[in-house]
Amino acid sequence: MGSVKIRVKDTNLYYGNHHALKNINMDIYDKSVTALIGPSGCGKSTFLRCLNRMNDLIPNVRIDGEIQIAGNDINKYDVILLRKKVGMVFQKPNPFPMSIYENIAYGPRIHGTKNRSKLDNIVEKSLREAALWDEVKDRLKSNAMGLSGGQQQRLCIARTIAVEPEILLMDEPTSALDPASTMKIEDLMENLKKQYTVIIVTHNMQQAGRISDYAAFFLNGEIIEYDKTEKIFYKPMDKRTEDYITGRFG
Amino acid sequence: MNDIKIITSSRIKERVAFFLLWIFSIFTAIILVLIVSDIIIKGAPHISLDFLLEEPRKMGKEGGVFSVIVSTIYIVVLSIIFAAPIGVAASVYLAEYAKESTMLNIIRFGTEALAGIPSIIYGLFGYSFFVFFLDLKYSILSGALTLTLMILPTIIKTSEEAIKAVPKSYREGSLALGATKLQTIRKIIIPDAIPGILTGLILGIGRVVGESAAVLYTAGSSLGIPDSIFRPGRTLSVHLYTLASEGISIENTYATAVILIALVFIINFSANTLINRIFIARRR
Repeated sequence: MGSVKIRVKDTNLYYGNHHALKNINMDIYDKSVTALIGPSGCGKSTFLRCLNRMNDLIPNVRIDGEIQIAGNDINKYDVILLRKKVGMVFQKPNPFPMSIYENIAYGPRIHGTKNRSKLDNIVEKSLREAALWDEVKDRLKSNAMGLSGGQQQRLCIARTIAVEPEILLMDEPTSALDPASTMKIEDLMENLKKQYTVIIVTHNMQQAGRISDYAAFFLNGEIIEYDKTEKIFYKPMDKRTEDYITGRFG
Repeated sequence: MNDIKIITSSRIKERVAFFLLWIFSIFTAIILVLIVSDIIIKGAPHISLDFLLEEPRKMGKEGGVFSVIVSTIYIVVLSIIFAAPIGVAASVYLAEYAKESTMLNIIRFGTEALAGIPSIIYGLFGYSFFVFFLDLKYSILSGALTLTLMILPTIIKTSEEAIKAVPKSYREGSLALGATKLQTIRKIIIPDAIPGILTGLILGIGRVVGESAAVLYTAGSSLGIPDSIFRPGRTLSVHLYTLASEGISIENTYATAVILIALVFIINFSANTLINRIFIARRR
């Protein structure tokens, strides 16, 4: 068990009057993959978006409790620094409508890297880490929208890595992809967790089983059970977790 | 049997609907062709290099339209220089920053109402405010300022729609990388909305070029070449109006109309090409 990277204490979230996250307490460990599982609408994506304060963008959202990253309250971070530290990959690949190179260079540029050769290095390094370099190295100048869905998603991962985050949030990153692309991304996760703390929301039980070290089962805004993945999958404590894992509902 | 009948009747409806839609679209196209060809047939024979490069003589009965073209370009360029930044800035504010509120609704309502006001009203306002109150006299500047007010609502509305149409996922992607709102707007949203914003600007240019009443009241109808923006001038539309309404010369009226159409075409075409070069090509 590694050290605690993110500590979530008594966190509640309300959309207007709707109590969407109920009393969440969770320690997320450094350099590991934590999977958030549960039926649609159970609050797992909402929880993920708390961690980089993307919920700030939605009006009428109220959050209480405390979330710490490396011991510091995330509300005390400048939101820009927080989001640099906590990268996010979305459900639908969302490359910007510009070249592959520009997509990766966008992040470092807005954070102040101007030097061309430095940017070249970042682009190559990020694309290599995202296992995309060999496929695109000859067409870095072509539009990212021309890539396949799976390539676009790896590009989005590369784009996120390019700003050197410590934590990677992934919101169902493979749900819009075909099985072959999904496999590539899952393989990639193995490598990513050596450097980053990865938190992934997934609807795919086999995926959670294959790639995660820890798993949290969400139901109706609560964490029902959170433990090592093998425990959640083979020896769940709660009947509801077992029912969900074995496909009895969801 | 019954099954077959139902299918047949909806097939017929389908055919009829298709036919009607086709007829109406062809009808529109035919009207456009009729208007343009009528003008070109009557006007083109009177156009020559001399007509383009000579100044009008005898109130436009003889000579060309050089000074009129120059005044038109002055007014168009100046109006767009004023209206584009104001319009785009306002639309960015409305689409990205403004929170839903009564004030915002008032601004939106105001913009839409302004877009529907007849141009002659703008002319009257420009006449009393710019020409007299600010003492800008009949001048290219008075005309351009008046037209700026006239086309702003259109530009704001179209740009706002274009900005709102930028996928939310681009914004999220950018903000999640730690970009500020301003960086996201400048580097992701505006470039993606450019084609829509451009449409607004082109519509605006179209109205400026085509406007006669509001210009007549504010920029005057002087036939000389304006040597500065503080001098009066006559645009093509005003020239056309004057030539026709005072019965000065039918030939030159049509010839002027041809040039007006050509000018609109050239402006649209070059604006498109220019923006493509600057914004789209860079993103490939």
